Amino acid sequence: MIKGLAALPMAIMAATAISTSAHAASTFVYCSEGSPEGFNPAFYTSGTTFDASSKNMFNRLFEFKLGTTQTEPGLAESYEVTPDGLEYTFNLRKGVKFHSSKDFTPTRDFNADDVIFSFARQWDEGHPFHKVSGGSYEYFTGMGMDSLIKDIVKVDDYTVKFVLNHPEAPFIANLAMDFASIFSAEQADMLMKKGMPEQIDINPAATGPFQKVQYQKDSLIRYTAFEDYWNGKPEIDRLVFSITPDASVRYAKLKAGECHMMPYPNPADLEQMQADDDINLMSQEGLNVGYLAFNTQKPPFDDVRVRQALNLATNKDAIINSVFQGAGKTAKNPIPPTMWSYNNKVVDYNYDPVKAKQLLKEAGYENGFSTNIWAMPVQRPYNPNARRMAEVMQEDWSKVGVKAEIVSYEWGEYLNRSKKGEHETVLLGWTGDNGDPDNFLYVLLGCDAVGGSNRAQWCDTEFNDLLVKAKQDSNVANRTKYYKEAQMVFKREAPWITVAHSVVYEPVRKEVKNFVIDPLGGHYFSGVSLTK
Amino acid sequence: MFQFILRRLSLVIPTFFGITLLTFTLIHMIPGDPIEVMAGERGVSAERHAMLSAELGFDQPLYIQYFRYVGGVLQGDLGNSLVTRTPVLDEFLALFPATVELSICAALFAIFIGLPAGIIAAVKRGTIFDHSVMTVSLTGYSMPIFWWALLLMLIFSVNLGWTPVSGRIDVVYWIDNTTGFMLIDTWLSDEEGAFTSAVSHLILPSIVLGTIPMAVIARMTRSSMLEVLSEDYIRTARSKGIAPWRVIVIHALRNALIPVITVIGLQVGILLSGAILTETVFAWPGIGKWLIESIGRRDYPVVQGGILIVATIIIVVNLLVDIMYGVINPRIRHSH
Repeated sequence: MIKGLAALPMAIMAATAISTSAHAASTFVYCSEGSPEGFNPAFYTSGTTFDASSKNMFNRLFEFKLGTTQTEPGLAESYEVTPDGLEYTFNLRKGVKFHSSKDFTPTRDFNADDVIFSFARQWDEGHPFHKVSGGSYEYFTGMGMDSLIKDIVKVDDYTVKFVLNHPEAPFIANLAMDFASIFSAEQADMLMKKGMPEQIDINPAATGPFQKVQYQKDSLIRYTAFEDYWNGKPEIDRLVFSITPDASVRYAKLKAGECHMMPYPNPADLEQMQADDDINLMSQEGLNVGYLAFNTQKPPFDDVRVRQALNLATNKDAIINSVFQGAGKTAKNPIPPTMWSYNNKVVDYNYDPVKAKQLLKEAGYENGFSTNIWAMPVQRPYNPNARRMAEVMQEDWSKVGVKAEIVSYEWGEYLNRSKKGEHETVLLGWTGDNGDPDNFLYVLLGCDAVGGSNRAQWCDTEFNDLLVKAKQDSNVANRTKYYKEAQMVFKREAPWITVAHSVVYEPVRKEVKNFVIDPLGGHYFSGVSLTK
Repeated sequence: MFQFILRRLSLVIPTFFGITLLTFTLIHMIPGDPIEVMAGERGVSAERHAMLSAELGFDQPLYIQYFRYVGGVLQGDLGNSLVTRTPVLDEFLALFPATVELSICAALFAIFIGLPAGIIAAVKRGTIFDHSVMTVSLTGYSMPIFWWALLLMLIFSVNLGWTPVSGRIDVVYWIDNTTGFMLIDTWLSDEEGAFTSAVSHLILPSIVLGTIPMAVIARMTRSSMLEVLSEDYIRTARSKGIAPWRVIVIHALRNALIPVITVIGLQVGILLSGAILTETVFAWPGIGKWLIESIGRRDYPVVQGGILIVATIIIVVNLLVDIMYGVINPRIRHSH
C-alpha cells in the first residue's frame, strides 16, 4: 500500500508530462464542412469523405502532383505500357510501411498483394471482400473500371500487371483517384480470420502521411503524423478535423483562432475575409463548369441557329456579378482553363441581342417561342444559386422574344428527369474527377452518355470521333490536338451555354504555411506547417 | 394509482404504431430517390439503379416495405443508414448523449432562471420588475433560434472571446468517449483543464436552447402564481400571520407548480426540436443535426428510426409527467 502511495506522485507527474507534451506538439485544426460517410474512399463519391480518408490517410499507385491535375508516381515508381495500350506493368516502391494500431501490427512492407487486394475487391464479384460492408463501389463502376480491366496479375512481389479490354488513355489518371487507394491485404486476412472483415472499412491500415486515431461522428476526427511515412513525416504532429457544417460558424471559429483553415466560405463573407489581417484568403479557379444544356432532340433546339441565338442573347457578365458575386469567371469552353488541352483560341458568343434576333428570324422564330429553364433546387460548387441564374436568363431571353418558364424539382427527381430528357433547357454543371479532359468531354457530351449524363442529348459524329481517338491514344500531344479541335466543334454546334467556372476560396490563418490549393478540390495537409 | 398508470400505458401502444405509420408515410411522400441523390450529377445507370433498389428493398410495394420496417422495429432492428451503412441504433446511441447533455443543461438554465423570475414577477405584480420579466420572456419566446445563436456567438465568442465558438471541447484535449457525456468523461479523465473547457463549451448552446423554455416557464409560473395568490386560503394564511415567504413558497408555490410541471414536461419536445437548430449552429454532435442531414439525403432508415426514438422519448416523458401530476394532485388520479 505504502509502495502504491509512493508511486502515485510519479504517476501524476508522468501523466502531466504526457499531457503537457501533447499540448506542445503542433496541432493543425481544419474546420471541415461535414462528417465523412465512412473511411473507405472506394465506397463514396463526396469530397468531404475523401478529405477525411484518401487525401490524408491513403496513397495510390499514382498521385496528383499537388497544385496540378498531372499525375506523378506514388506507390508505383514507374510503369511500362505495351504499344497497343492494353497492358500496363507497374514497378512498385519498396520500403513503404503501413500504419499500425492496437488491433493490427503489420509484419511486412507494402507489396503487390496489397495492390491486387485493393483492386480485386472492387473488380472481382467473387472476391471474399467484394460484398463486405454493403459492397457498392460507385466510383469504380462509374468510371467504367469494371468493364475496362480484364485481368490483374502479380508478376513478382514488386511488379503488378493490369490487362485492359480496350485502350483507355485516362487509365493512369483513374489510378490516382480516391477509389484506387491502397489497403493492406495483411490486415484484411487478419480481420477475415477474426470474423470481422467490415472493420477494414472502419479502421483501415493505410500508408499515407496521417494515421486516424479517433473519430467522433459529427464532432471531430483526430489524426497523428505517421512517423514512418515513406515520403517523409509531415511537419505538423497532429491533425484535427473539427466538423462544423455552418459556413458562418466556421468563419467565426477561424476568426477566434479555433481553427487554422476552413473550406467553402459564404460568398458574402469574402470581402471581410480579404480585409482581415489574420486571414490569408487563397483562391483558384475550380476544376468545374456550370452550364445550361439545350435538349437538342426537341424542337426548336434541334436547330443550331436557335442554340447559337440563345447563346448570344445571354449576358454572362451579368450572371457572374449577380449570381457568383464575383466568385466566378465566364466560361467559353466546356473544360476549365486550368486543364491541359484547354483551347484558348475558341471565340465565345458575346452578348449581342440584335444578332440573336436575326438568327432566330432565320430559323423561323421571328416572334420568339415559349420554353422552359430547369433550375436546380440545390447549391453546387459550379452554381451557387440556380434559381437566380435562371431568372437572369429568363429576363435576357425575353428581350429576344423567347418566353421561358422556370421549373424546379427535388434534387434526385431533377437529376433523374433531366437524364431522361424531359426538359427543354436545363441548368447543371460538373466538377472534375481526375483532371483528364475525357472526364468532362466524353462523360458530358459523348454519344454514349445520351440518356445519362449528356443532358443536351447531343450526339455529334464529328465531335464524338475526335473524343474516341483521344481516348485510345496515350500520346498527350496527339490527345491535346484532338481535344482542341473538339472544343471548336462544340462551340460551333452550341449544345450548351457555357456559363461559368467558379472560383474556389480557401481562407487560412496567417500562421499556416505551405498550404497548396488542389485544383481537383481536395484538401491535403502533409506539407502544411505552422509558424507559431 | 396502479390503474391510472395502466390506463395511461394502454394509450402508448396505438400512439407508437401511429408514429411508425406517420413517419414512414411522410418520408416516402416527399419526392426524391435516395439512390439518385447519392449519385449526384454523376448518376447511375438504369441496371445499377435497379440492382441497388433491389438490394435496399425499394423495389417492393410500399406496404411490404412498411411491414418489413415495423417487423424490424419490433425485433429492435431499425435498419442501417443508407449513407454510412452503420446500424441506425448505433449511430443514435453514439450521438444521443450529446443531445441529452445539452438538453439537460438548457432545461436547468430554463428552470433556474424561469421559475424564480415568474414567482417574483407574480409577487411584485405591476412593478417595473414584472414588466421587464414579461417583456424579456416575450422577446425570448419569439426569438428565432438561429439568429439568437449567431448573435450571442458573435458577441461573446468572436468579439469578447469569453466562450468558445462551437464544438464540445477544445481540440487539445483528447478525451476517451467512455460515457458519451462530455462533462462526465472530462471529470473522469486526468487531462487538466478539460472539464472547464467542456463547461465553457456548454454555456452558449444551453442559453440559446433554454431561452424559449425559460420564457414559457416564467410566463406560466407568473400566471399560475397570480391565480393561486388570489385564492381565499392564501388570504387566510396571511391573516394568520404566517411569514410572507412561507406563504409564497409553502402555500402558494406548491399549488401553482401543478400546471408549471406539465409545461416543463412539454418543454422536452421543444428542447428536442430546438436542438436541431442549436446543434447545427454550434456544430454540436447530437441527433438533431443528424436527423436534418438525413432528411436531405433521403436516408429513410435514419429518418424513420430517429424520429421514432425521439417520439418514444417524448411519449415516455409525457407519461411520467402525467403520473407525477397524479402524485401531486390526488383529484386528477381519482377523476379518471
